[in-house]
Amino acid sequence: MTSTVEKKELVDNHRDGTKKELVRKQTAVYVYEAPLRLWHWVTVLSVLTLCVTGYFIGVPLPTQPGEASENFLMGYIRFAHFTAGYVVTIAFIGRIYWAIVGNSHARELFYPKVFRKAWWKEVWHEIRWYSFIEKTPKKYVGHNPLAQLGMFVLFVLGIIFMIVTGFALYSEGLGQGSWADVMFGWVIPLFGQSQDVHTWHRVGMWWIITFIMIHVYVAIREDIMSRQSLISTMISGWRMFKDDKPD
Amino acid sequence: MSQLETFYNVMRRQGITRRSFLKYCSLTAAALGLGPAFAPRIAHAMETKERTPVLWLHGLECTCCSESFIRSAHPLVKDVVLSMISLDYDDTLMASAGHQAEAILEETIQKYKGKYILAVEGNPPLNEDGMFCIVGGKPFLDQLKHAAKDAAAIIAWGSCASWGCVQAAKPNPTQAVPIHKVIKDKPIIKVPGCPPIAEVMTGVITYMLTFGRVPELDRQGRPKMFYSQRIHDKCYRRPHFDAGQFVEQWDDEGARKGYCLYKVGCKGPTTYNACSTVRWNEGTSFPIQAGHGCIGCSEDGFWDKGSFYDRLTDIKQFGIEKNADEIGMTVAGGVGAAIAAHAAASAVKRAQHKGEQE
Repeated sequence: MTSTVEKKELVDNHRDGTKKELVRKQTAVYVYEAPLRLWHWVTVLSVLTLCVTGYFIGVPLPTQPGEASENFLMGYIRFAHFTAGYVVTIAFIGRIYWAIVGNSHARELFYPKVFRKAWWKEVWHEIRWYSFIEKTPKKYVGHNPLAQLGMFVLFVLGIIFMIVTGFALYSEGLGQGSWADVMFGWVIPLFGQSQDVHTWHRVGMWWIITFIMIHVYVAIREDIMSRQSLISTMISGWRMFKDDKPD
Repeated sequence: MSQLETFYNVMRRQGITRRSFLKYCSLTAAALGLGPAFAPRIAHAMETKERTPVLWLHGLECTCCSESFIRSAHPLVKDVVLSMISLDYDDTLMASAGHQAEAILEETIQKYKGKYILAVEGNPPLNEDGMFCIVGGKPFLDQLKHAAKDAAAIIAWGSCASWGCVQAAKPNPTQAVPIHKVIKDKPIIKVPGCPPIAEVMTGVITYMLTFGRVPELDRQGRPKMFYSQRIHDKCYRRPHFDAGQFVEQWDDEGARKGYCLYKVGCKGPTTYNACSTVRWNEGTSFPIQAGHGCIGCSEDGFWDKGSFYDRLTDIKQFGIEKNADEIGMTVAGGVGAAIAAHAAASAVKRAQHKGEQE
């Protein structure tokens, strides 16, 4: 879906000091379909929950006063962590399904076109743009190649790692022979022992936190400095272009 | 011992008359709900079934497994050693020594090919052709391989034989390895722990003798009946964990009240063993009950995870030695600083080009 909006702007006329009305054509493309946007925001909420609760599972809050029977703080924190873990996993499975049935932009996340030379050229162009060497960025309907690469390495691989190690640890509580043990129990000996899986799961948390920091910064910066909308796109689904110049 | 004793021989040796033995067989048949015809069959089995010969080898170890084993209460270790099995060779427990002892080992291997159980305490060092552990003038590695070749099954006693334990801890100068790295063609039952619980050791042996088969093992080769749950899963302090009540430091109010030892580094949540149910010394106590966290002695590489008193343990890959939070906060801090710098540079750049774009 593509549509054009006419955007009127008042521009100062430097010669005589009057204001002139300028009509700019803005092209808008429907990029992110509703299920994809829903997935994004569900993931945002659950990953934030996971990071906060996960942090306090490793480094618990100060001791609660009173009898043990009156308190269940760690229990609630762990419950929230496990629930959010399920939500993020089910949402991610749904996201993979949407990559198959959704529009072409829904697939970008999962395969960066690493075997295409032209793609790498554009990655290089983006790196130069971020290094303040290129004056103008290119226009992209979906993700730019550098963003694709970052998304894939930091987010997709990161979240898969967290889901796998997370459910491996969860299987320890469910017990041997449980579905989680059958599916993910092999992960524990792979890492050595349970303690190692805990440690790497926590490293994974910092990996995801680093991703969030970069993701949010880049989204805001691109929204301001690039030639297309970013943040509003993940809410409305429409990508607005700020100019009509080619590329 | 030229002829292995049968169970009948053992009972006779302990002063039970043939009349009593036959009564016992009849009673057993009745108790099991079998017909009278089964009494002679039970008697026949008792008369002909030989006690299983066990060879107990010692590699690089500290004998803590043997020390634990001889304190078994259920069953009493004397019953295990003198009645249930035929412990043919165990250089720390046997009376004979030197060439005599080595001759018995050889004799059992020859005579009971494929029938004996090999129990291994400790592990072989591989560096310098195994010269760091010599038994009877030869590297332990050779003895182990030789005895393992004709064994029916192998029991790996303790964390040494199962995982490597302290002698395999970094930097492992002798290149000590767990026995499954050397013996790959035999069923190995891992009974880890430093040492394993006495009743777990005798329990594994009793199971094998009673049912004539290897107990059900988990993915890593440990008997499920003792190693399928973590200390944490059955810990009597678990309610304090769920409530969020912890010993914050030694000697504080929480320590006196018996709160959870998670924050002072207890490895109960990551350690598979039976301590919190079977306990130690006839079920008297176990480390957590004594007020100290579990150190995770039955887990692979427990010496190499940093302090016993930290919950977040160290990562030792890639030449670093920090815990996940130290690494994570450093990286996140660095990325945060880079973002701030990049944002500032972007703002400056944008301000410079503002005029040009219009």
